Amino acid sequence: MLQTIRERKGLQVLGLMFPGGVWLIVFFALPLALIFAISFMSRDDLSRPALPLTLANYQQTFDLLYINLFLFSVGLSLLTTLITLLIAFPVALFMARLPKRWRNLMTLLVMIPFWTNFLVRTYALQFLMRANGPINTLLLGLGLIDEPVQLLSTPFAVLVGLVYGELPFMILPLYTSLEKFDWSMIEAAQDLGANALNTLLRVMLPLTAPGILAGSILVFVPSVGSYITVELMGGGKINMIGRVIAQQFGQSSNWPFGSAISLLLMVVVTIAALIYFRIGRGERGAI
Amino acid sequence: MSNETSTIVVMGEREEIFPQEPAERQRVRPGRLALVTITLLTFAFLYVPIAILVVFSFNDARTGAVWQGFTLDWYARLFRNERLLDAALRSLIIATVSTAGSVVIGTMTALAMERFRFRSKTFWDGLLYMPVIVPEIVAGVSLLLFFATAGIERGFFTLVVSHIAFSMPFVYLTVRARLADFDLSIEEAAKDLGADEWVTFRRITLPLLMPGIVSGALLAFTLSVDDFIISFFVTGKGWDTLPIYIWSALKRGVTPEVNAVSAMLLLFSATLVVGSLILQRRRSY
Repeated sequence: MLQTIRERKGLQVLGLMFPGGVWLIVFFALPLALIFAISFMSRDDLSRPALPLTLANYQQTFDLLYINLFLFSVGLSLLTTLITLLIAFPVALFMARLPKRWRNLMTLLVMIPFWTNFLVRTYALQFLMRANGPINTLLLGLGLIDEPVQLLSTPFAVLVGLVYGELPFMILPLYTSLEKFDWSMIEAAQDLGANALNTLLRVMLPLTAPGILAGSILVFVPSVGSYITVELMGGGKINMIGRVIAQQFGQSSNWPFGSAISLLLMVVVTIAALIYFRIGRGERGAI
Repeated sequence: MSNETSTIVVMGEREEIFPQEPAERQRVRPGRLALVTITLLTFAFLYVPIAILVVFSFNDARTGAVWQGFTLDWYARLFRNERLLDAALRSLIIATVSTAGSVVIGTMTALAMERFRFRSKTFWDGLLYMPVIVPEIVAGVSLLLFFATAGIERGFFTLVVSHIAFSMPFVYLTVRARLADFDLSIEEAAKDLGADEWVTFRRITLPLLMPGIVSGALLAFTLSVDDFIISFFVTGKGWDTLPIYIWSALKRGVTPEVNAVSAMLLLFSATLVVGSLILQRRRSY
């Protein structure tokens, strides 16, 4: 009897998991495995991936050009994560202490950019910062500048673009963990003689760490692999990993090398994810 | 109520329960002012670029950012631009089909993961977080490699299966969250009253899950309509979606038409988000 119930349960699980499992394996895991395999291949005369197997693609990434590319991408993404954290923490703190009605409205205001078209949002920012865009037109009109200032095509422009694009992804998880925060903890800390800085660093930060970690991973991962932002805000002058990958699969048509860079990007992202799951012990509800 | 007390009340309930010394109240204010300022500036930063884009989609000028007067001409042109209309229609078709797919698959997966215990659960749990961890660009090029290697022609089919792959986990998360606060005694009651498993599922479980399923569907639809990067790599000849059309228009140099179509797309996804949130918040059925 128990045996048949178990068997039926097993069949049910199998049936329910089957389509999702197939999809995840075939359209997520398998393509990633393919990236791994092709990163060790060379190219034939038609620049298609071909045998023999080689380490040349990885050797190529040790060129100073690509080392700098990785350092720049990771550095700019860490900076983006830090800046969004510094902006989002006070915003989330403010939101969490509002009365419920206002909190819902503010959440909605964060959710809208969270889910609206990333390409269009980044384009809106680029439009604003163009040489003949609203900012320059305004400054010229006010007589503050004599000729348009170049705001785009700089590392700074890419940074502004990343912060603009990713900010909602930091505010939301921070807000979720601050909303659950027990404010009497602050009082307890202060009663025990902690000053404001100590209360922030030793009470608030550790208790909101899951939100901070979730927000950081949600910002860091898309930043380090960003393509739209670099392309639109960098004006073809700034390069990041995501843009190089796109080039290798586009006009350069060097899939094995593109795969090798993709794999190294996955290594960077996996390290970030491991830090997240180890330190945060994977408070997944926050994402 | 005087100005001073009202500011304190907004801070939260604590101050009301434990009234503090006036000296202490004075100290709270500069910090609070800073929080308000940062919050206002942040929301301005998030919304001003979008607002300006929308305003300039009504500007009667082909180039530049000087206001030349109000016009609906760019919007009128959109509806005469066949390439753009085709792209929009393709986006809607792909979003509809892929949403249907991810809703069915995501709900089934959520039921399996929430209701049953099985050995490989941790493995699937990890795999379901892949869309969060794998950068879109890598997901895009890996799918391109996969379809090219498997000899699958890129177009409608590849777009739909890829969109299901990245939006299904979001449906799964929304439905699973709903399943987690599910009152199992209602199902037991149905079974006690003689309903078999299938009837219980169709008449009890599914209707109760509906708000979660619908809000998951709206998110999947939004993700699909908005997706650029993955679609860019898995699309084929004649299957440019709306974001791909916008991208190539941007690469050619901007016309005010792009502002108009962007404004419409923003309005569209904002509506879906609001709809989804309203459904998610609805507690009573």
